[in-house]
Order: sequence, then C-alpha cells, then structure tokens
Amino acid sequence: MAMADVPRGQTKASAPEKDFRTKLQEWLPKLVLSPSLALVAIFVYGFIAFTIYLSFTDSRILPFVGADGQPTYDLIGFANYEKLFKLSHWEIALTNMAVFAGLYIVVCTAIGLMLAIFLDQKIRGEGMLRPLYLYPMALSFIVTGTAWKWFLDPGIGLENIMISWGWESFTFDWIKNRDYAIYTVVLAAVWQTSGFVMAMFLAGLRGIDNEILKAAQMDGASNWNLYRRIIIPQLRPAFLSAFVILSHLAIKTFDLVIAMTGGGPGRATELPATFMYSYTFGRNQMGIGASSAVIMLMTIAAIMIPYLYAELREKK
Amino acid sequence: MAVASSDTAIRTGRVTRTFLYLVLLLFALFYMLPLYVMLVNSVKPLSEITGGGMMSLPQTWTVEPWTKAWNTAQIGVESTGLAPYFWNSIKMVVPAVAISTILGALNGYVLTKWRFKYDTILFGLMLFACFIPFQMVLIPMATVLGKLGLAGTTTGLVLVHVVYGIGFSTLYFRNYYAAFPTELVRAAQIDGAGFFQIFWRILLPSSGPITVVCVIWQFTNIWNDFLFGASFAAGNAQPMTVALNNLVQSSTGVKEYNVHFAGAILAALPTLLVYIVAGRYFVRGLMAGSVKG
Repeated sequence: MAMADVPRGQTKASAPEKDFRTKLQEWLPKLVLSPSLALVAIFVYGFIAFTIYLSFTDSRILPFVGADGQPTYDLIGFANYEKLFKLSHWEIALTNMAVFAGLYIVVCTAIGLMLAIFLDQKIRGEGMLRPLYLYPMALSFIVTGTAWKWFLDPGIGLENIMISWGWESFTFDWIKNRDYAIYTVVLAAVWQTSGFVMAMFLAGLRGIDNEILKAAQMDGASNWNLYRRIIIPQLRPAFLSAFVILSHLAIKTFDLVIAMTGGGPGRATELPATFMYSYTFGRNQMGIGASSAVIMLMTIAAIMIPYLYAELREKK
Repeated sequence: MAVASSDTAIRTGRVTRTFLYLVLLLFALFYMLPLYVMLVNSVKPLSEITGGGMMSLPQTWTVEPWTKAWNTAQIGVESTGLAPYFWNSIKMVVPAVAISTILGALNGYVLTKWRFKYDTILFGLMLFACFIPFQMVLIPMATVLGKLGLAGTTTGLVLVHVVYGIGFSTLYFRNYYAAFPTELVRAAQIDGAGFFQIFWRILLPSSGPITVVCVIWQFTNIWNDFLFGASFAAGNAQPMTVALNNLVQSSTGVKEYNVHFAGAILAALPTLLVYIVAGRYFVRGLMAGSVKG
C-alpha cells in the first residue's frame, strides 16, 4: 500500500493540465489492471453465475432466446439436481470418480514420495533421471492417451506382445473390460503426474535442515526412524500441495478418458467431466449438464478456496 | 529449492544403494515406455505392429507413417493430414501466449508496486479462476462467442485462452515482482518517472527469467488444451489435439496404428522440444503454480 501515493506536493501549485497528469498517474495502475479484472469478472464469475442460473432451468439447446424474443426455458427450481442424482449414468460417473481420484491421489503421492527420497540419496545421474520422470507433464493427455490406448489394447499391445514372446496364455484386456477399464485410466494418469509430485517432494526434502538430522543421528536414530519421525512430518506442506493439485486435476480429468476409452466400454470409465460434456453437447440436456458442472465446481471450491486463502494470507 | 547439501546425514550401505539404483532405473524405463512405443512404431510398417512386434525395433524402417500423418491422413471427412491443424494451433498459441503474458506482467507490476485496498482479494479471485472446472463456462462461452461472431474461429479460441490464462501469468509476475526491491521503484518515482517508465526501464529489464517461465507454461497449457478446442472450434479451425483425437478415434477403414503414433509425436513435438531446451524453466513454472500460491 506504500506506493499508492504519487508525490503530490509539487503539482499543487502548477497549472490544471499538470493536475490532470497527476491524477492520471494515480489512476493509471488501476486502469491498467481493469481490463484483466473485467475479463475475469465477466468470463469467469459472470459465466459461473449464468451456469448456476441455467442449472435451475429446463433449457435444452442454444439459443436461449426464441425468435419471438421470449426465453426458450422455464425456471424449475432444483428439479435438475433431483433428476441428476437419479440418473444411473451420473451415479456411475461419481463412483468412477471416487475410485479414480482415490487411487490416483494415493498412488501418485506414494510413488512421488518414494522417488524423491531415493533421488535424495546423492544418486549419481540425478540430473538425468529427474527430467525423465517429469517430461510426461509437458505432453498433452490426448498424445499420451493415444500411446496408452494402443499399448494396452489386447489386439496389438501388451497381450499380443507377450503372446508373440512365447507366453501363449497371457491375457491383459483391462482396457476393454467393464470392471477394470477405470484402472487403466488410473495407470496412465499416474504415469503422467507422479514425476511432478516427485519434484514437489524433492523440493521439500532439499529444504530440510541437515543439522537436525545429524543431531538425531548422533542420538542413534536409524535411517528409517529419521524419515518416519523427522523428515516426513516436515514435508507436510508438500503433502498438502500435492493433495490439492492432484485432487483438482482428478476432478478435471477429461481428455485422458476421451483419448483412451471415450468413457467406455459402455459407461465403465465415465467421469463427471465427460458426463457434463455428453449431456450438454451430445444430448442437448443443458439444464442437467449445467447442474453437473455446478457439482464439480462446488467440489473443487471446497478444496481450493481454503488452500488459496491460507497461501495468500501467509504472504502478507 | 536449495542446493543439494554437501554432506547428507543419511548414509546408505552398498546393498541398499544397488536397490535404490535398480528402482530408479525401473521407473525411468516406465516413464520412457510410451515415448518409446510411439517413436518405434511410427517408423515401421503396419504389418509389423499387428504381428505382435510393438516392442521390437522396426525390421523395415519407413517414414511413410509420418508423411501420411502430416499430409494425407483422413481427419474427420477430409484427407488433409494433420498439417493444417498444426498451423491452426500455432495461430492460436502465439497470440494467446503473447497477450496473456503481457497482461500478466502488467498485472503483477500493479499488484506488487502500486498496491491498493483489496488487491489481494482481487488477485485471489483471478487465481481461483485458473482452477475452476472449465465445464462451468462452456455453455455461456459458446453463447457469447456466437454473439461476438467468433464461434468456431481461431480468434475465438485465442480470446478463451487469454481469459483463462491471465490468472497464472499474473501469479508468476506477481510473485517475481514481490521480491523486487520496492525502494528502486520509489526512488525512480521521486525522480519523476511515470508508471510505464518505471515498468519499462526498471522492472522489465530484469524480468527475463520469469517471462521465459510464463511463456513456456502458457505455451504448454494452451497447445495441450483439448476441452476448449473440442467445444468451440469448427472443423477447419480445430487445434492439433482435437485433430489427433479425430484421427485416432475414426472408425472408418483399417486402423493405421503407425500413422496414429506418428501423429501423436507430431502433436507432442512442440511442447517436447520446449521441454528439452528449457526444461528447467518449465519445472520452475510448474512448482510456482503449486507450492506457493
């Protein structure tokens, strides 16, 4: 707040045109910020409000205003939400989300933490390994989804490879199997982001004071105890960040499913994001689509808002 | 990120170390696997893939899958290859990255050096916008793009990516400028330098690293976007990711896996190159976007 005052004393005595310049200088910062704020206000918060409104209507297709100038929809209260939670399709999407998010977060965190701890043991070639673990983050989910889709395809991928290598009875058809397909999506998603989680934990590990560890070691603590009692508890901020980032990525997962399975076989890998998309654009059920998006937003908000609040407050 | 401590407290025996290296190498193989599969199968004839040779090196090397993916593969209804869509993505990414970075730099400057009441709350609102599920804006955005006459166009996509990219670019510059000595700004002000002069002469010259971080992050994110491209781009304005998905999912004719893999690499190439050349900055952007908000 310190910099808000432009030196005012000198200008007071001078001509009115200079006064205008001073005023302009005072307003300039806010003026410069305002286009971005306006964009965010309209395109983010205005649109959120609009989608929430839409979720209380029975609108089906664009446009929302008919040729006679009358809106093409009626307000129907919470009927969309009631309908939504009665749809088996949505129930499947939620169940899949729970399985996917749970496994994805836990496995990513476990692998990330393990790799970070291993890499922190003065490993030769760390500089080579780290970029190898992290490069998937730079790729599009459509690209990696395509690679995993064909690698796991029983016709040409892993199963076929094993058979051609002489393991005749080998079967691996998870991606085509209704009960297991969701786990192949977990595999691809873990592959894509676990290196990133590794980097977060590694940064945390490198920030720990070595003197404490040495002191504990003098007292005869084993490596295992050092990690369990001292190091891992100190990584709490990294755990929190990893959880927040992973859970928001999980809820937004869309491209990967589209590329790998298209939500199938059947509806076996349908997630809220793909549900919303198909109801809105495929089935012209805008009201239902909007209400499912609202549920997604509320879930993410419940995680992100406290996190951002805490992070921004700390800074002050 | 601190420098690796010169004398670590943890000591490990030889057996443990062998085990560590083994696990780390196995994971390296795991992370390389899809890239290997894509590369090796993009240069072999289709018959070798369907014959169970997905993991083997090609017996006959061929660049045909690449030329086919680029020039003649059927995307949707037309056999144009991926080339026009690649250029669509370029035409979308370049202006979107440039505009969102410039806006982010100016916003970060205002939010740290010209602070005013409630600026942190406003920034928080901008930042939260990065994390919303974009399903929340698809329907009104489709309507508004239609009203603006931008429905289905690359210009429309540029607008969309600028709007939803501002949050992160502002975050980068804000955190970077927060560490920049405010005394320098104040001194320049007393010397009579104006708002833009201070930005241009004092902050911008030292903004190189964060600009690289921001450009790389925006480039990667916007290039890799699928949801907005699939929702708002008409057939001939589709970005690369959408075209690749159309190529792979098309149900007509023989599935040409080698062409799919070549196409996937083509779609990955720009971001992969950026990662290879400037991976350090990419990781910095990744961390800045997560560890400290």
